[in-house]
Amino acid sequence: MSRLWSFLTATRGRDRLHWTDWVSYGYLIFGVLLMFGPVVWLVLSSFKSPNELDRFPPRFLPYAQETLEIEGFDSPLLAFIVTEGELTGEVVGQTRRAAGRAEVVLPADPETRIRIPANTLAPIEDVAFATENYTSLFERFNFLQFFWNSTFITVMATALMLLVNSMAAFVLSKYEFRGRTAVLLLVIGTLMIPQTVVLVPLFLIVTEMGMFNSLWGVIIPGAATPTGVFLLRQYMITIPDEILDAARMDKASEWKIFWRIIVPLSAPAIAVLAILAIMWRWNDFLWPLIVLTRTENFTLQLALNSFQGELQTDWPSLLAMTVLTLLPIACVFMFLQKYIATGIASTGGK
Amino acid sequence: MLRIITPVMRVIEIPMLALQRLLGINRLAWVFLAPNLILFGLFAFLPVILNIFYATTGSDNVLLSDRPYVGARNFVTLTDCGNYLDANSCREDKFWRAVWNTLWFVTLQVGFMVGFALLTALILNRDIRARGFFRSVFFFPVLLSPVVVALIWKWILQREGVLNAFLDWTGVGGVNWLVQADWAFGWSVFISVWAHMGFYTLILLAGLQAIPRDVYEAAIMDRASAWRTFRRITLPLLAPTMLVVLVLALIKGVQTFDEIYAFTGGGPGTATTFIIQYIYEEGFAGAPRLFGLAAAASLLVAGVLVVLTLIQLWVNRRNVNG
Repeated sequence: MSRLWSFLTATRGRDRLHWTDWVSYGYLIFGVLLMFGPVVWLVLSSFKSPNELDRFPPRFLPYAQETLEIEGFDSPLLAFIVTEGELTGEVVGQTRRAAGRAEVVLPADPETRIRIPANTLAPIEDVAFATENYTSLFERFNFLQFFWNSTFITVMATALMLLVNSMAAFVLSKYEFRGRTAVLLLVIGTLMIPQTVVLVPLFLIVTEMGMFNSLWGVIIPGAATPTGVFLLRQYMITIPDEILDAARMDKASEWKIFWRIIVPLSAPAIAVLAILAIMWRWNDFLWPLIVLTRTENFTLQLALNSFQGELQTDWPSLLAMTVLTLLPIACVFMFLQKYIATGIASTGGK
Repeated sequence: MLRIITPVMRVIEIPMLALQRLLGINRLAWVFLAPNLILFGLFAFLPVILNIFYATTGSDNVLLSDRPYVGARNFVTLTDCGNYLDANSCREDKFWRAVWNTLWFVTLQVGFMVGFALLTALILNRDIRARGFFRSVFFFPVLLSPVVVALIWKWILQREGVLNAFLDWTGVGGVNWLVQADWAFGWSVFISVWAHMGFYTLILLAGLQAIPRDVYEAAIMDRASAWRTFRRITLPLLAPTMLVVLVLALIKGVQTFDEIYAFTGGGPGTATTFIIQYIYEEGFAGAPRLFGLAAAASLLVAGVLVVLTLIQLWVNRRNVNG
């Protein structure tokens, strides 16, 4: 027991790796496999052809059978290598296959059709990334519409949220006025009212405002967040009042002070909030599920969810769509990883 | 970006300047607050009040004026049980199944998640090479959308998926994971832990790194054993962070919906139907739409969440002060 704890609690490394270090690295590498593995598997699978996806047991990389362009045939023939009989080792193109027998031709001699048992043929395969799953998304589904809906909601909601929340945070951090404590308490109060517990009345209000089945019905109700107000306020408090006083001496209007001084100086906090907002909105599910019921209004998340029900077996399209849905977030993650980590640690999530 | 924003801000400045002249600087504060307060009022406070009206009225009309007052009948329907431990004896058995599922789920999910998050944070807090990389690896799934998480794992767990292929290969034999109630529930806990663990690891790691080094150095001088150091230094000094993590995890756990709904759809049967899904299905997915029952159930959930949030605020305050 005590060894286990020494392994868990030691903080200083030694010159040589202690066995506890090996266990630690082992755990971490297992973690890498467990966390990244499923995503890698998803991406690889999305590049497999439908035939390859049906294959059990599955293979790690996507493969596709090679084809031969042979003179005299309009379309390329599937390539096989012969494993038994006279032609052993020869590469042939298959023209027909029926009842356990295959009709093949040699590339060098396209005129002669040879009949051999089908079980002596082994397919020639090579790693090939099939992109049909992706291209069919654009042909068969209204993918661009879903993508646009998601993007529109994310961009508008983030912009609106940043503006509204930073205005409130400015006043709550820089003004002394009657009722400030009351407003702060009110903002804290909204922490206790997550959307999940007011779904029914929220639905009524949004419907009455004519925003049912409208993207605005998703954008507006979430525009004011207690988390955003607090995050920005904490940061704005640290901006010295002298700067504001100097600006007032120069007859700057309050709006100009907010826009020209406070907002640029709080850029780091605003950036953190922007990233969080983009993440929340892009991934949002329950509220859009209630407000957006027509397919043309679906966000990517809703489309993904509805297609897995409708097309239980259409994994090829579903996999490609899943990859495209996680792509923007993966990009955000790669470039802004540090901000996200600090942002989430300082706000405690949503 | 600035090219779009600057003109917008200039336009807003005109009415704002007029208002400033009219009201004076101090009252202008309310103008700045107005958009936020209106949104909070309309989409947070008003719904809470309306929720009470919905919970005390019946029928499947959305408009409150068309809904007859039924008093506490919705609550009675929800809580009419022969034996609370046995969902089958309840009139609204689906509600109680959801309640018990949620309780089990939250217990297991929070337990495993906080346990593994702590283990991971302790390991990451050691003198590890490439710590930044490993930290972001564990954090990465937090960013994935719930639907994507559900689909990734569904693809792995499907009958002819890669996990069953592996089990066949080892000779254990595959299982139809999402068709068997117990397995579906277990995997729901698993994917939820998988998706959210990184977030809590991050908070716990920050807590561990905030413990001053010299405390440990003093312990080494005193020749305290590693176990004793952990028990007497790390654990007590980490306790406030642990409490924050636990309460946050509970608040989120009670509201679990998205990923499990996309993962199992609540099934097989009602094996993975949780309380928010119950509310969603009563109010929005089924016909007739039982808004009253949904609202009554929301109020019960809200009660739990208010208590948890108050604990959270109290814990935060205590941590800040002290």
